[in-house]
Amino acid sequence: MEGTAESVLLAHDKDVVAPGEVLAEGMEYLPSHGTYRKNEKIYANQTGLLIIEGKVLKTIPLAGVYIPKRGDTIVGKVIDILMTGWRFDTNSPYSAVLPLKDATFDYIKKGTDLTTFFDLDEYVVCRIVQVTSQNLVDVSMKGPGLRKLKDGRIIRVNAMKVPRIIGKRGSMVSMVKQATGCTLVVGQNGLVWLKGEPEQEIMAVDAIRKIEREAHVSGLTERMKMWLQEKTGKTVNSELYEEPEEGAAYERRYDRGERRDYGERGGDRGRFGDRRREYGGPRDYGRRGYGRDGDRRGGSGGDRERREFRQRESNEFPSEPATPPAGAQQPEAAAEQSHGRHDSEKSDE
Amino acid sequence: MAYTKRHDDRKPTETRPITAKAGVIPKADGSGYFKIGNTEAYAAVYGPRELHPRFMQDPKQGVLRCAYNMMPFSGQGDRVRPGTNRRSKEISMVMANALRPVVDLDAYPNAVVDVFVELPQTDAGSRCAAITAASIALADAGLKMKDMVAAVAVGEVDGLLVVDPDYKEESQEEGDVADIPVAMIPSTGEITLLQMDGKVRKEDLLAAIVQARPVFERIAEAQRQAIKRRYEEVNEEIKGPRSR
Repeated sequence: MEGTAESVLLAHDKDVVAPGEVLAEGMEYLPSHGTYRKNEKIYANQTGLLIIEGKVLKTIPLAGVYIPKRGDTIVGKVIDILMTGWRFDTNSPYSAVLPLKDATFDYIKKGTDLTTFFDLDEYVVCRIVQVTSQNLVDVSMKGPGLRKLKDGRIIRVNAMKVPRIIGKRGSMVSMVKQATGCTLVVGQNGLVWLKGEPEQEIMAVDAIRKIEREAHVSGLTERMKMWLQEKTGKTVNSELYEEPEEGAAYERRYDRGERRDYGERGGDRGRFGDRRREYGGPRDYGRRGYGRDGDRRGGSGGDRERREFRQRESNEFPSEPATPPAGAQQPEAAAEQSHGRHDSEKSDE
Repeated sequence: MAYTKRHDDRKPTETRPITAKAGVIPKADGSGYFKIGNTEAYAAVYGPRELHPRFMQDPKQGVLRCAYNMMPFSGQGDRVRPGTNRRSKEISMVMANALRPVVDLDAYPNAVVDVFVELPQTDAGSRCAAITAASIALADAGLKMKDMVAAVAVGEVDGLLVVDPDYKEESQEEGDVADIPVAMIPSTGEITLLQMDGKVRKEDLLAAIVQARPVFERIAEAQRQAIKRRYEEVNEEIKGPRSR
């Protein structure tokens, strides 16, 4: 390694390091996450995988509980029904609150029993929208792929290894999906929901456990590919994705690709769907200006996101056989012309 | 006759044989094991997790709680009555005080980190073994720590300065005996635990600590190796023994 006579590197790239370990001596090197400088030495202050990027030393944690972060998509369990919302266990020291207005686009009548939407002990995929300094967490159910999780099973994994389970651009999770035919939802908080044929579910669980255990050893994607092929006898395709650079997958938590991997969308609405019809049926937010024209996560596109979400749902379920209340039926075209704008304005409140 | 040669032929600055492991309790968020001679400690860390009752919560930083427990059969032949007693309560407190300076809990307001230490057998130096094991467990749990806390007892047995006295030396009747458990942050040399039982002169106390200084570094190294081995085992299983 380069370095002047005074600066010495005492550890190797991708070493597992423990707190208090001296990683480098001399002022040549710079401490980053999970390391600190004291006098002339750089120490590790966390158990982790050492990454050396030029002169910067940092560690990637290998253990630890999940701490809620804004923008994370997590799997939560309902632990309490509040006056105007739900409280979720987030598999962390801090619980999250889902306010009513972030739970659904529908009109909810005063006095409605909230358990008809999410009952105690039920699991949902939700997104963290706010975290305060005291780690009070707000979540939302409005967004693509955010939904209630019915059937299937939940397993708990080390939250620090979730980025590896997802893989670069969701490569790992889609490989497991492809091989086992299971539907998977991987929450950033270390809860994984999966559903499929019983034997396939077990295989998917084994696969995830293997990824979790071997996350710090390089060549994981290739190893998992071979393992899955051997177990299933299928040819697993990982060609689409090149092997992530070691450690890169950890940083790429929010790669655009992986977001789309939160299971089939709008698939199972459960009691949600019934409830909606009872309260007037799906509303139409109008379609003008709608287009799949770009990055929707760019912040303020709330209204458009809502419209898009709604439209997708009504497209995928064009004619539900259930009988809506009489007043709810309107010719769609007419609604679009005369009420479209009006409705979308209302939804902004 | 003064005590010039240790009864088990150890050098004055030599500890009993050491074994350190991490990840011994799968259910816990982090765990550690430390054995020094016949003193053996298992530590399990749970958390950071929600703290109840709520009045104990600290909105500025997380709380560190320790629990030290000797198993009923762990003593010198007499049954140790189960449950907390005055002694274990005190040791739990000094353990927490010894570990708190290295653990950074700023990121976990209102939460708690619980450390449970169980001792299946003891032969003196149990609070030091407990602190050492707890330190491994905390690091294994992925908590931010500026260093591992290493602990060992030093002492004076009838005029001889020794490191890591066992029960036979500690309970010797001839001459003055001092048993001084010490916990240290090796990278800075800060002492986070210093207690004493017995009688010692000030110069001897200082000399005993100074002569034990390298021992703390050795223990800290054993602690770190324990953590690393946990991951390297997987590495070797996949890629064969390392040739570095």
